[in-house]
Amino acid sequence: MKRKLVLQNGMEFIGHGFGSFKETIAELVFNTSVVGYQEILSDPTYYGQMLCMTYTLIGNYGMIDEDYDSKVIGPKALVVREYNDKPSNFRYTKTLNEVLEENDVVGITHVDTRQLTRVLREQGSMLAIICDLDVTTEEALAKINDYIAIEHPVSQVSCQKVWYSRCPNPKYNVVTVDCGAAYNMIREWNHLGCNVTIVPYNTSYEKIMGMNPDGVVISMGPGSPENCKGVIELIQKIQGQKPILGFGLGCQLIALANGLSVEKLVHGHRGSSYPVRNTKTNKVEITSQNHSYVISSGSDNVQVTYENVMDHTIEGIEVVDQKCFGVQFYPTNTLGVSHECYQQFIEYMQKGGN
Amino acid sequence: MPRREDIKRVLVIGSGPIVIGQAAEFDYAGTQACLALKEEGYEVILINSNPATIMTDTNIADKVYMEPLTLEYVSRIIRKERPHAILPTLGGQTGLNLAMQLAKKGVLEECQCEILGTSFRSIQEAEDREDFKKLCERINQPCLESLIAHTVEEIVACANEIGYPVVLRPAFTLGGTGGGFAYNDEDARSIGKNALKLSPVSEVLVEKSIKGYKEIEFEVMRDKNDTAIVICSMENIDPVGVHTGDSMVVAPAQTLSQKEYNLLANSALAIIRELKIEGGCNVQFALDPFSFQYFVIEVNPRVSRSSALASKATGYPIARVSSKIAVGLTLDEIQLGKVCAAFAPTVDYVVTKVARFPFDKFTKADRTLSTQMKATGEVMSIGRTMEESLLKAIRSLEIGVDHLYLEKFDSYTTEELLKSIETATDDRIYAIAELFRRKVDMMLINNATKIDAFFLDKIHHIISVEEKVKANPNEKYLRKAKKLGFSDRYLAKIYGMTELEMYQYRTGLGIRPVYKMIDTCAGEFDGYVPYLYSTYETENESVVTDKESIVVLGSGPIRIGQGVEFDYSTVHAIWAIQQAGYEAIVVNNNPETVSTDYSISDKLYFEPLCIEDVMHVIDLEKPKGVIVSLGGQTAINLTERLTKLNVPIIGTDHYAIERAENRDSFEKVVKETGIPQPIGQAVTDIETGIEVANKIGYPVLVRPSYVLGGRAMQIVHHDEELREYLTTAVKIDKDQPVLVDKYISGTEVEVDAICDGVDVFIPGIMQLVEATGVHSGDSMSVYPPYSLSQKVKDTIADYTVRLGLAIGIKGLFNIQFIVDSNDEVSVIEVNPRSSRSVPFLSKSSGIPMANIATKVMLGQSLKEQGYGTEVMPEKKRFYVKSPTFSFSKLHGLDTYLSPEMKSTGEAIGYDDTLNRALYKSLQASNLRVVNYGTVFVTVADADKERALPLVKRFYDLGFNIEATAGTAKSLKEYGIRTRVKQKISENSEEILESIRKGHITYIINTVTPSDSKMSQSKDGYLIRRTAVENNVTIFTSLDTVNVLLNILEEITMQVSTIDQ
Repeated sequence: MKRKLVLQNGMEFIGHGFGSFKETIAELVFNTSVVGYQEILSDPTYYGQMLCMTYTLIGNYGMIDEDYDSKVIGPKALVVREYNDKPSNFRYTKTLNEVLEENDVVGITHVDTRQLTRVLREQGSMLAIICDLDVTTEEALAKINDYIAIEHPVSQVSCQKVWYSRCPNPKYNVVTVDCGAAYNMIREWNHLGCNVTIVPYNTSYEKIMGMNPDGVVISMGPGSPENCKGVIELIQKIQGQKPILGFGLGCQLIALANGLSVEKLVHGHRGSSYPVRNTKTNKVEITSQNHSYVISSGSDNVQVTYENVMDHTIEGIEVVDQKCFGVQFYPTNTLGVSHECYQQFIEYMQKGGN
Repeated sequence: MPRREDIKRVLVIGSGPIVIGQAAEFDYAGTQACLALKEEGYEVILINSNPATIMTDTNIADKVYMEPLTLEYVSRIIRKERPHAILPTLGGQTGLNLAMQLAKKGVLEECQCEILGTSFRSIQEAEDREDFKKLCERINQPCLESLIAHTVEEIVACANEIGYPVVLRPAFTLGGTGGGFAYNDEDARSIGKNALKLSPVSEVLVEKSIKGYKEIEFEVMRDKNDTAIVICSMENIDPVGVHTGDSMVVAPAQTLSQKEYNLLANSALAIIRELKIEGGCNVQFALDPFSFQYFVIEVNPRVSRSSALASKATGYPIARVSSKIAVGLTLDEIQLGKVCAAFAPTVDYVVTKVARFPFDKFTKADRTLSTQMKATGEVMSIGRTMEESLLKAIRSLEIGVDHLYLEKFDSYTTEELLKSIETATDDRIYAIAELFRRKVDMMLINNATKIDAFFLDKIHHIISVEEKVKANPNEKYLRKAKKLGFSDRYLAKIYGMTELEMYQYRTGLGIRPVYKMIDTCAGEFDGYVPYLYSTYETENESVVTDKESIVVLGSGPIRIGQGVEFDYSTVHAIWAIQQAGYEAIVVNNNPETVSTDYSISDKLYFEPLCIEDVMHVIDLEKPKGVIVSLGGQTAINLTERLTKLNVPIIGTDHYAIERAENRDSFEKVVKETGIPQPIGQAVTDIETGIEVANKIGYPVLVRPSYVLGGRAMQIVHHDEELREYLTTAVKIDKDQPVLVDKYISGTEVEVDAICDGVDVFIPGIMQLVEATGVHSGDSMSVYPPYSLSQKVKDTIADYTVRLGLAIGIKGLFNIQFIVDSNDEVSVIEVNPRSSRSVPFLSKSSGIPMANIATKVMLGQSLKEQGYGTEVMPEKKRFYVKSPTFSFSKLHGLDTYLSPEMKSTGEAIGYDDTLNRALYKSLQASNLRVVNYGTVFVTVADADKERALPLVKRFYDLGFNIEATAGTAKSLKEYGIRTRVKQKISENSEEILESIRKGHITYIINTVTPSDSKMSQSKDGYLIRRTAVENNVTIFTSLDTVNVLLNILEEITMQVSTIDQ
């Protein structure tokens, strides 16, 4: 069935619906990864957003049960150039359409996604609506105008109860504050011999310290870091007592907890080919990213550890002498070797609290 | 880390003459490398023996040596020039091997010349099978094990060790044929026995069979800071087993989930890191479609055909970046437009590469695709969907196909089709499409081909839309079909229109494509890259400037007869257009070439060279003029239709082309100008053909009109042969006349000239070594002429001037003449366009012909450019162009030289004396020039008189002579001691055996001209094939033998008894 996508700036795209056919409004962002739509869709950081994939063919290998990166489908809607409903891969268990339907996520295909991307690049991420053809542009824009964004998306994706991911012969206990944690990260701690305790984002300082963690991880997550006042306070309390590592939103929260400011990028960093430079070693690596907010600048007590080679934004910080650091990107495991920031955290835990 | 200051002069080695597997992509890479090095301030010294390249232009490198690519010559140049460093990874396998030899022989150390980029050790580790295996083990990467066996029992033991199924390959055979898959001991024994026999060293390689695995490639890049990035992933549509150069390749990989992708990408990155490569590297994998099991099949620690494809597919210039890395820069320091080179390219479109095969010319060659590459060239196309990309590629091929449809499969039964697709061939995809038309289940096709269901489903989708369009040829489905990539030509057939009518009808409905940019970042970063492709969507990104523009049509895929020479002219035209102050816009579809490097022109449209695609560009750009005469026959063939659509063709126009190419018009011109021409006539039916042939007398030369590279050209000697030719070789009909000409035996002469309508400028005359009967492209060509009288040269110049003016040429043209034994000159043909010999003559004479011609087309007369009606004074040195063949790669093809062109490339040799120049040219063309050994002679009766003195000269030089009985008898009578070998038809393998064992240095083999079944003559054919497959030099033209003897006599010290 033909449906349409209307942007806040009045632009309209006609496409074909798939997944859920409800009407939906959200902030429209784009991701430039060629592969990995499943991992991207199950990244809670996209919660409440509408995602446009710049690569044209989406759905080729279906959805694979064991490959989800969380239990949620992050985006409210998915915009693609061509959805492929006939996956070909030995492991696929469901089609993308089936998964979107199950999760009530709206899909629209046959959209000139390149044009859309260029608009977002120039004018920045903006609100958009996917609706039926009979909704006029004026009506659509009025709906966008009346739309109130989810105030605290982290509260929606964070776990409600504490849960555990343990490994054989554990050496450390890592408490992860779940602002929208990815399984990938949890698996990595397990791989490094850490038991992981995943706690809701609003867990108290006392409760966390009562778990006697060797280190505390603040996960990635959706939305503006300004919304997470509680987690900022939590970081301020723990900092200096236990090693802290933040990813994405977690990194931004560490920045805010230490008096730095953050700002929203025009269209964010979403993709898997961003080069960042380690400012200490000067090595450059390619990273996957998903963040709208960047840290404005470092300070005397906060060092910049990673820098984006393309736009020179800050991609990692470390609070001096506090064993507290964060990276904006998603560090990965390469052929069984964990990223250096995981290893650094292990070292900090090894040395114990301050 | 800034560029290195401690080196100043860098030597770049090119890849030499074009052969199958090593083609124009190295001109592209080499040109980029030289320009990148010069940009960084280094002095570049270049060695390449291929005259048909842009990189050997004197403005690309500081010093250009066009000497043979052998250790001897390169060492001499290094000693003379004393470069500080050598960049070995840009000249293909040839360049890499030479650099390795230079290192091994100590030449580099002696001259204190260091290897840039990737170290000697790394190259060795990547190239040596054992070393590479160890490396893979070290970093836990699975590579395919290969065991060596020398007896049948060893083969069985190895097979059991590896586990069935296994593949057996005879070692050291060039064709790689004679092996096969074994599923059990019994197979292993029978196939093994044969394989052992075919191997000259009785050695067989036993490998695990990975039949049916997906073939995935990664192009990766690393700098000295250990930053490593993936440039591009590519997936072969054909599963493992077909050479990636022959496979249809899609970029990016389509069927890998993140896990599989990461698995292979990380493996590729681990390998490039472990090898410590500084620059680009290509890693090929085989991936089991049903598990995570994979193998590293091959690593190329250098730029390659795949890297050229990846560069064009992503817009990321791999050779350029590799060169900068080699001189010390790091990825984050290299800026590519607005994007930094450390940004891993990401695409938002689908790229398809389809190989172009020579099977249309070589109908007798085996069309089966395997691990030996057979394609001469390739096309690339870009679309937003798989279907669009694939269909655009298909119509770019210029093989008379405009859709996934081949008429020949209509007559196949479904069973036959299913059977035929089990073997990979160049036309398998059309058989698959036909099966879908017949509603055959996809699983059956998948089973037979092992092609991933993803790709099959896309083919299926194309066919289902085709059916819908056929059922409802309305506007709605037209729109849908165009969006899916259907060609106007195919749709025209459905709608009952001509291609032009369809184009006009469709554009009248407003169904037009837009252009999207290839920007390496999927639109994330701002920045205008003038590199565009069409698609049927909404937003057009191509910005038409106010500047007046000229569109140049490229030459499409490289094929025999239309090679990189035409790209040379295209690139020169671009430069000339820019010099004249216009915007130069290129339309082309060949990913291997310099002309499709978007930094060369002002704007590049990577599009098929079909009317619709060219017209869309013209409609948008509204250029001042369109140049068609530089892109070979491809563009010429579009001229008539473009003229009908009122396109402003500049240079030689459609009417002049018609005068040169239409037989009747041409005859009129020749008559009017009073120039002799071999008598002949164009005929459109068999009986008239026979009548004409008898009137003018046999032998006659027959060929279809409008041909290139002498396709289907043949000398025939009697009615029966002619009848057979007209029924089987060409399908004669009203629209496809065949030319029947008197065959004149004599010296062939070739001229390339420029005409502006008033003057005709002749840079030089080339004399061909081989007599008429061998295609000019397969002949050795000498500039200046070595045995023509001044009178003959004057006549040729005079005729050239008259013809150029009478035909109405504006720009380049090429004429072939025959000079008979009485010094009478007659004209064979005029090509109203740039020719194969333009780069050779430009380089030899020092006249930038394509540049001058382009300026003529733009309205600057020859006089204004400082030239007039004149023949340039001849150079003092001799310049020789020799053909290079790729016979060993094309199984089943007869190597006999004939009017049908067979060579794939050319090499140049130059020196002060003719024989030295000839010698260097032969060496440069990869011919083994050896002054000792055994010559095997088997010649036709008619040739014996000419052959005997030649063989005597071999004999006098100390060669051992062997011959078949008939020839031996004559040789003995002539006083040559000859060993008689038994004929194959006498049930003896004696001859073939001695060829295989390497006992024979040269073979001289001519065939009876009157024998109509000459190419099928079994003995001769077997001898020629066996020679080619075992790298034994064979001569089928006595003229070439004569040249060789002249050389050998000059370089050989003779032996004699003291009292002689």
